[in-house]
Amino acid sequence: MIKKGKAGKLALFRKRVKKFWEKPMSAAQKEDIKDENKRVIHLHEVFKTYHMGDTIVNAVNGLDLSVHQGEFVAIMGPSGSGKSTSMNLIGSLDTPTRGRILLDEHNIAHLSESDLAQIRGRKIGFIFQSFNLIPNLTAKENIILPMTFQDFTTEEKEKRADELLELVELSDRKDHYPNQLSGGQQQRVAIARSLANDPEVVLADEPTGNLDTKTGEKVITFLDKLHKQGKTIVMVTHDQHLAMEHAEKIYWLVDGKVQKVTKKKNGKWVELRGR
Amino acid sequence: MVNYFLYAFRNLRRRGMRSWLTLIGICIGIAAVIALITLGTALKMAVIGQFGISSTEVLTVQAGGMNNYGPPGSGVVKSLTTQDVDAISKLDTVDIAAGRKIEYVKAEFNRIQQISYAISMPTDNRVIEFMYQNLNVKSIEGRLMQSGDSGKVMLGNKFLDKDKNGFGKAIHAGDKILIQSKKFEVIGILDKKGSFIIDQVIIIDEKDLKEMMGYGDKTDIIAVKVKNKDLIDKAKEEIEKLMRQRRNVKVGEEDFDVSTPQAALATVNSILSGIQIFIIIIASIAIIVGAIGIINTMTTSVLERKKEIGIMKAIGARNSNIFFLFCIEAGMMGVFGGVAGIIVGLFFGYSGVFGINYFLGTGAKINIDLWLISLSLFGSFLIGSIAGIIPAMKAANQNPVEALRD
Repeated sequence: MIKKGKAGKLALFRKRVKKFWEKPMSAAQKEDIKDENKRVIHLHEVFKTYHMGDTIVNAVNGLDLSVHQGEFVAIMGPSGSGKSTSMNLIGSLDTPTRGRILLDEHNIAHLSESDLAQIRGRKIGFIFQSFNLIPNLTAKENIILPMTFQDFTTEEKEKRADELLELVELSDRKDHYPNQLSGGQQQRVAIARSLANDPEVVLADEPTGNLDTKTGEKVITFLDKLHKQGKTIVMVTHDQHLAMEHAEKIYWLVDGKVQKVTKKKNGKWVELRGR
Repeated sequence: MVNYFLYAFRNLRRRGMRSWLTLIGICIGIAAVIALITLGTALKMAVIGQFGISSTEVLTVQAGGMNNYGPPGSGVVKSLTTQDVDAISKLDTVDIAAGRKIEYVKAEFNRIQQISYAISMPTDNRVIEFMYQNLNVKSIEGRLMQSGDSGKVMLGNKFLDKDKNGFGKAIHAGDKILIQSKKFEVIGILDKKGSFIIDQVIIIDEKDLKEMMGYGDKTDIIAVKVKNKDLIDKAKEEIEKLMRQRRNVKVGEEDFDVSTPQAALATVNSILSGIQIFIIIIASIAIIVGAIGIINTMTTSVLERKKEIGIMKAIGARNSNIFFLFCIEAGMMGVFGGVAGIIVGLFFGYSGVFGINYFLGTGAKINIDLWLISLSLFGSFLIGSIAGIIPAMKAANQNPVEALRD
């Protein structure tokens, strides 16, 4: 049985992670924080291989990708290009077979599942294509759920949940269950949930994939709003129009590798090499 | 932690019928334990009351041991005598020794005859007072018999009930009844004791009974009051030594028995304990089956909620969080089964005691033990949680990517 509290293995790990994330910064690093080009995510020569019986599937094949603070990055590509796998790796849901994944310049490639869960809880917010709300919990309870896994008091959780419901304009639906909400409303709850622990990065996997155009636009508007507030957004999408309309940088993947990178400069899209 | 319980409760409610069916095993086990202990305790008190094991200062001496059929003294080879009573009363540790004779007599009332049993009432007032203390009786009609009440009898409470006394008519104080064809006046009716023996007794003056039945100086049972309850073991030894001398028997070859209240209680306890142990074994099997039911239900639940587990992991749940969530859910299943079991168990306990009192005429009472109920609730939570460990570990070790896959 894992012990909680000040003593025990878990508490020890928390101290390590805290130290890990809060190690003393150099003067240059301190400047970096103010610098909007600070790199929050970096994948370097990342490979992910799956073994399906006798078949070996190279889902990601030497991926190099960087996301800087405050950026809105889209990852695009055809089916099977490794978009979802990349998202899973970026979001520490999975670990690479080879390569480095740096989150705030710290390699998370070989951490244990529990360690990764801690990181996900504090640093990353997820938005899924199929919303993925817990059906037995109300909208507000779904938003509170991530905070339950961190050290928030009940008052803090309640207050934060109310603030987030207001942000996504669903205060009047807080006691509704997911099956009582429309698709767009569910996705807005999911957005609020992703922000519960005030993460640095919000990962959105096809956030408008299950929504009609109008509702999808509304959802993307919220993501834009978050971006303007300084949040780093990484979005996987197959919708080129959506990506080019809202993102600042697009990674184009083919066969698990970055084929090209385009960045919006002065309203125009230009191709970059590598990162 | 409150959120964990809320989440667990919501999941149990969602599963509805499946949760209820899973609870049945735990419910049966806990119900059996509660009913058994409630009933057993009440039964023990009733049995103790039946045999009048009330005083810790009173010994009983009988001839021929405790395992004869019929009332004390029936079928013995060598009876106790009034001389034995006198000898015992002279011992240092003894305060009072009272001999009683028990005889089957022919009783007639309302032109109906039947065999009843009569107990002799001593003539010494001091001994009479001791006897009333020992039996713990009072009269609800008429008065208690006193020394010199020749030609009078005192009856047990059952004689008031015309349907149960066998005479087809209630007998009241002041009525006349024939005992061995001799007319006696009913001087008093005793209150209901809930004792099979005392509620059907005819108490008759010692001299009258002796004259009618012609048993000489024999006596069937000697009740002995010691001077101090701390002397009871010493008194037992002295009486045994005395009776061995008087009856010319060696140690280990006694043809008499000196019984302390503790020994009588121990006999009752051992019989009831044997039954209780047997039923506890059956109840334990039911609980084990219930626990296996919980394991099965929780394992299915883990499989069904694979995606939910993946979502929770994606939003920051550690393996330990998932583990506790599922353990608490299993524990709550156990608690609900326990609550249902307590209600059912108390119902059967109450019904059983009611039935015993109704059919046997005992006065057993239910005593709800809150400690027992608390322990049952805690125990059922523990059983449920332990049953949930394996499924909870399985849930905790799910790979989030695999779990989230549609």
